[in-house]
Amino acid sequence: MSELRDQIKEIIESAPVAVFMKGTPQAVMCGNSDRALRALYALGAPVTAVDILPDPAIREELSALSGWPTIPQVFVKGELIGGADIVEELHASGELERKLEAALGEAAHTGTVEVAVVA
Amino acid sequence: MASDPLRAALESAFPEAAEIAVVDRTGGGDHFHVTVASARFDGLPLLEQHRLVNESLAGLLHDGTIHELRITTKGAA
Repeated sequence: MSELRDQIKEIIESAPVAVFMKGTPQAVMCGNSDRALRALYALGAPVTAVDILPDPAIREELSALSGWPTIPQVFVKGELIGGADIVEELHASGELERKLEAALGEAAHTGTVEVAVVA
Repeated sequence: MASDPLRAALESAFPEAAEIAVVDRTGGGDHFHVTVASARFDGLPLLEQHRLVNESLAGLLHDGTIHELRITTKGAA
């Protein structure tokens, strides 16, 4: 297993909510990444964002780990929730909030936004 | 049309589908929104529904035909 894949795996497993996206929360480079972030922000979810754009290998290793082909990818406590369409749909139905609260308890709504870098 | 390969892949993967729609969202031929309605989605979590659609389009996602993909899935009900 590559070092990069280990780093990605570590973030997925340790971050309460990991968002692999194009760009950063400060400079979002893709409409779908923006949609996923907005749904998470609306719930005050604690977001750890990883920009996949600096190196194509990040996306390759991520998709190899997750089995999911597109970006963004949102994980809650290590579990793949889905991409922007799923996150938006789960947010609209209230299921995203239930998932966050079931997985994170009181930490579901801290509203923190962090950036993690893999290289 | 740019959407033809997607439609063909979806029709081949979901021959039972009640609805298959492919929209070229930007007219640029690489940002698509696909909609599939199939009884196969009934009772499946959304993640698994989307996974089935992604798998049917894997070749087109991998070779760059699809740059950006939105997915809407519906059950038969």
